[in-house]
Amino acid sequence: MTIVRSISAFVDHNPIYYSNGFINIEINMPIKLAGIIVLLLASTIAACGTQESNVDSGNRDGILHFGNGTEVQGLDPHVVTGVPENHLMYALFEGLVNKNPYTLEVEPGVAESWTVSEDGRVYEFVFRETAKWSNGEPVTAKDFEWSWWRALQPALGSQYVFMYFPIKNAEAFFREEIKDFSQVGIKALSDNILRIELANPTPYFLQLIDHYSMFAVHRATIEAHGKASDSYTQWTRPENFIGNGMFVLDEWSLNRHITVSRNENYWDIDKVKLNGIKFYPIDSLTTEERMFRAGQLHRTENIPIERIAWYRDNMPELLHIAAYNGTYFYRVNTRREPFGDVRVRRALAMTINRDLLIASVLDGIVTPSYSITPPGILGYQPPTLFKYDPEGARALLVDAGFPNGNGFPKIELQFNTSDQHRKIGVAIQQMWKKELNIDIVLQNRDWKVYLDNESTANFDLSRAGWIGDYVDPNTFLDMWITDGGVNRTGWGDPEFDRLMLIEAPKAAGRDARFAKFNAAESLLMKNMPILPIYTYSSKHLIHESVRGMPSNVMDHYNYKYMSLQAKPAEIAQKDEMQAEGGE
Amino acid sequence: MDESALATTSLRETLVSRATNESSQVKQFEKGTSLWADAWIRLKKNKMAIASLYVLLALITLCVLTPWISPYGYEEQNLNLGAIPPSIAHWFGTDVFGRDLLTRVLYGGRVSLTVGFIATSVALFIGVLWGTISGYLGGRIDIVMMRIVDILYALPFIIFIILLMVVFGRSMLLLFMAIGAVEWLTMARIVRGQVLGIRRQEYIEAALSMGLSTPTILRRHVIPNTLGPVIVYATLTIPQVMLLEAFLSFLGLGIQPPQSSWGLLISYGAETMEDYPWMLIFPGLALSITLFSLNFLGDGLRDALDPKASKD
Amino acid sequence: MWRFIWIRLLQAIPVIFVVITATFFLIRKAPGGPFDAEKPVIPSVKRALEAKYNLDQSMWEQYVSYIAGLFRGDMGPSFKYPGWQVEDLIASGLPITAELGFYALLVALAVGVIAGVIAALKPNTAQDYIPMSLAMIGICMPTFMLGPLLVLLFGIHLEWLPISGWGDLPGDKILPSITLGAAYAAYVARLSRGGMLEIMSQDYIRTARAKGLPERVVVIKHAMRGGLIPVVTFLGPAFAGLLAGSFVVETIFQIPGLGRFYVQAAFNRDYTMILGTTIFLSVLIVMFNLLSDMLAMWMNPRLRQQVSGKR
Repeated sequence: MTIVRSISAFVDHNPIYYSNGFINIEINMPIKLAGIIVLLLASTIAACGTQESNVDSGNRDGILHFGNGTEVQGLDPHVVTGVPENHLMYALFEGLVNKNPYTLEVEPGVAESWTVSEDGRVYEFVFRETAKWSNGEPVTAKDFEWSWWRALQPALGSQYVFMYFPIKNAEAFFREEIKDFSQVGIKALSDNILRIELANPTPYFLQLIDHYSMFAVHRATIEAHGKASDSYTQWTRPENFIGNGMFVLDEWSLNRHITVSRNENYWDIDKVKLNGIKFYPIDSLTTEERMFRAGQLHRTENIPIERIAWYRDNMPELLHIAAYNGTYFYRVNTRREPFGDVRVRRALAMTINRDLLIASVLDGIVTPSYSITPPGILGYQPPTLFKYDPEGARALLVDAGFPNGNGFPKIELQFNTSDQHRKIGVAIQQMWKKELNIDIVLQNRDWKVYLDNESTANFDLSRAGWIGDYVDPNTFLDMWITDGGVNRTGWGDPEFDRLMLIEAPKAAGRDARFAKFNAAESLLMKNMPILPIYTYSSKHLIHESVRGMPSNVMDHYNYKYMSLQAKPAEIAQKDEMQAEGGE
Repeated sequence: MDESALATTSLRETLVSRATNESSQVKQFEKGTSLWADAWIRLKKNKMAIASLYVLLALITLCVLTPWISPYGYEEQNLNLGAIPPSIAHWFGTDVFGRDLLTRVLYGGRVSLTVGFIATSVALFIGVLWGTISGYLGGRIDIVMMRIVDILYALPFIIFIILLMVVFGRSMLLLFMAIGAVEWLTMARIVRGQVLGIRRQEYIEAALSMGLSTPTILRRHVIPNTLGPVIVYATLTIPQVMLLEAFLSFLGLGIQPPQSSWGLLISYGAETMEDYPWMLIFPGLALSITLFSLNFLGDGLRDALDPKASKD
Repeated sequence: MWRFIWIRLLQAIPVIFVVITATFFLIRKAPGGPFDAEKPVIPSVKRALEAKYNLDQSMWEQYVSYIAGLFRGDMGPSFKYPGWQVEDLIASGLPITAELGFYALLVALAVGVIAGVIAALKPNTAQDYIPMSLAMIGICMPTFMLGPLLVLLFGIHLEWLPISGWGDLPGDKILPSITLGAAYAAYVARLSRGGMLEIMSQDYIRTARAKGLPERVVVIKHAMRGGLIPVVTFLGPAFAGLLAGSFVVETIFQIPGLGRFYVQAAFNRDYTMILGTTIFLSVLIVMFNLLSDMLAMWMNPRLRQQVSGKR
């Protein structure tokens, strides 16, 4: 019943199809479809063949197209962390002082000048009359006093709050041991004088106040959208935003771009040559590189290692690689056997052929590291207490009871999922196997699991990296004090703690201080709770039209120095075309 | 009204009365062995399918024998050599560690083929069973079973995998389970769709009227008739499974270096396709040859198992 | 038919409820919290953050307040992007991903159905092998390989098409749609070939032929209707699966879609965002499975007649 009726129903309702034979379907359909596709493609291609690239239009209009890594979490300088946020903070705000991108020396910012007391504990900043918020109101010492009070509110959740701790009583106030803010060493003496009193002389204090966590925010705007200690309120939205930087926020389109444009109220706007910046959050390195090549970006946040050789051969002028204030290393869990034995830790460190690893897997763009502090920060030189020495390493293993790797337990090296960490791990795994005959299991983990394992000491060896927060060896060394928050190796030494916490802060003068650091670092590297591998490099592709974006060890930018200039040849060509068009 | 509740008694009566006329079909499925024998005879006539079968067998043999025939170890590095294009010493070239790519592709094939076939079998088994029972029994059982499938579709897969790893640690068994647990869902839906149609076929009614038990009907009459789409979908699942393995390795569940698989080799190769094209081309070719063979073999099997098609 | 839809929609309520509940408790069991970072968060800061997001309450209290929020249309702020409500983020990414998925599905259906039907007409001849082999490309070349290949060819070397963005430049939607569609085209082709062959041997097709109908009518009006049922069954979950599957394409082409949110949320342990996208996904799955079941019913004459006969 069902079958017959359904067919007759179809036939009855559709009397149209009967004339053409079967063959037509076979041949006509694909040909027609192919024709349609070709037509569609051709029309779109015709439409976009003549498009102007971002770089060309940017050069003309003064807009910098900036590859910015991942999407920013927010735009409140007291709350955010991370490199992409960092790039935006320096565009939207300005601190008491700035950094010169060529020398990393401190330059006046909102503060026109400052004085330091003889004991190095009291700073007085004199504010610039012309410093203004983007709504035209003046930036005063009271703005900074209020902003720094806000940053010290525990409820705000500032993760960089430790930057304030050199200031007298700041830590106690943050921990709510002191309720009265007037006891903290932050005081606006008038509208244009800010007095800061430190607990100890802190030679790098001016480096700290250049950090965005110590910028000022606009009180009325913040209070219009919630309490002072509320984080992530609507005040950072483009329609509400008020800052005191070179640029103001125009548009924030999540996962697409953030655009900023000139702040005409900025005190030094005449020196700012860019009309605006467009920041692109691009998760994939390869996508970013291709966008750069297609002329969509002036500057990339990173470069895939495999592409470096090609740029070196073909466009070396676009490749910007420079030493960076960071160290790549493996953490050793000294609480687990066999790593309780320093000889085992040393043997592993001595069998990593850093030169070969860097030359083969990392394309030679980084430098080998034999200690935690990158060499040459403010002239500080870390100790080198070992070298690549498989022979010596084998002897150490024999002493430790593992001749030829016999009886060495199967240990795991964990790393957060990333192609580069994997490659380095694969190479080192094989070096240890070949020279020491020990087996390492490589295990990648997603970032949060990796962090969880590190903080709960659930690992044997763990890949790690540390980027200095400021230009001083202290940022690499104070983390290794016993049970320090990011120590995580289980290693600790009272002598090291004493050197770092008591002797170094009191040392008079840079040389004496660095001598204490060197003693502490020697102690650390003798005990080897970490296996240093290399010193980081910053790597960017930067279009030739960008001026004033020098490489420096902090990978720090100062947009005031930047400008866009099309190459003379391009300008000439453009003029020519315009002349032709005019005729 | 749910379509599962549609098998009405009135309809059944009509069909049973018709079933007597369709007894030739019923007989054909009564003789289970002859179905497979016939299929094999028909398959042998399909040159493309047979050629594919040989290619697959050759590839599997090669992968299995790699440790004995390759002059290189899959983990053997030569950092000074680095990545070089194909040469006489290294037919497929080498990767950045100077490892022989041919050896790695063949070793990767062992992993990928194993994962592909075993995990697909797991998915196939669960999916066919679930889909058949759901579609055949119908009613409330069908509703509940299919809504469970919906729920499993919706759960966040990445979190599920991370949890699995935390609870059980990393193992091959877990890998198969994880993949099977995902891949059976679509299979179940497709099988159920087929069974809904088959359930109302005359020969099922005939079998019912002959007093056969439900498991027997399912085994003898329902499942064999779903085989066509099932085989097609299974051959589609195998590549999906191989790529899923690469994704799970990315999450840390799959295999770990220095081991590799086709999925991983291809994903690394894709990252560097401009600089080291051979690192993408050769694993890609290995995967493509396998998939094409599977495809033609699958279609051949499907055609061979379709009893009615042979009479045309 | 309406009754059928109503019943299925009613069934969706427990499905979505179970999904929400299971997801809510599962994600909290995954190691690593939303605030964990490389530098350990200062304990007082962590307490403040946890208080802000109610994480200091018991799991059940959190669950109840989350459900209560849902009824008010409040999915809470994202943990990763705390300045944004989850529902706003979904609303910003959804139209883009839906559009991408729609175009991709069009590509898949156009290529897949044509290849599959042509192949099924003359099985095991060149007319079968060539279109099927073409359709296979999408499976042999996974998305993460096809996407960059298309970008390099059409974007970088030929400079015909934009290589990134969505709706920013004319033509920037072409490459992502083809990339995502290609993967599904192969499935559609295989399933439609199989389904067509199955149907072509059915009695009613023979009857139609015996009646002297032209082959074209038989194929297009009769066989395709039944033969594409496996494709339709596959499409429901496939379209819903696009949400997760579009992640790779969205990353390669720098598209601000929902797929990126969905996958990143899991890696970031962005609890509210995971829940939000999962709820959304479950609604999609229920809707599209329902839709594909309805389509399958419409296409399968037997099922359809039984439905109308019953009513």
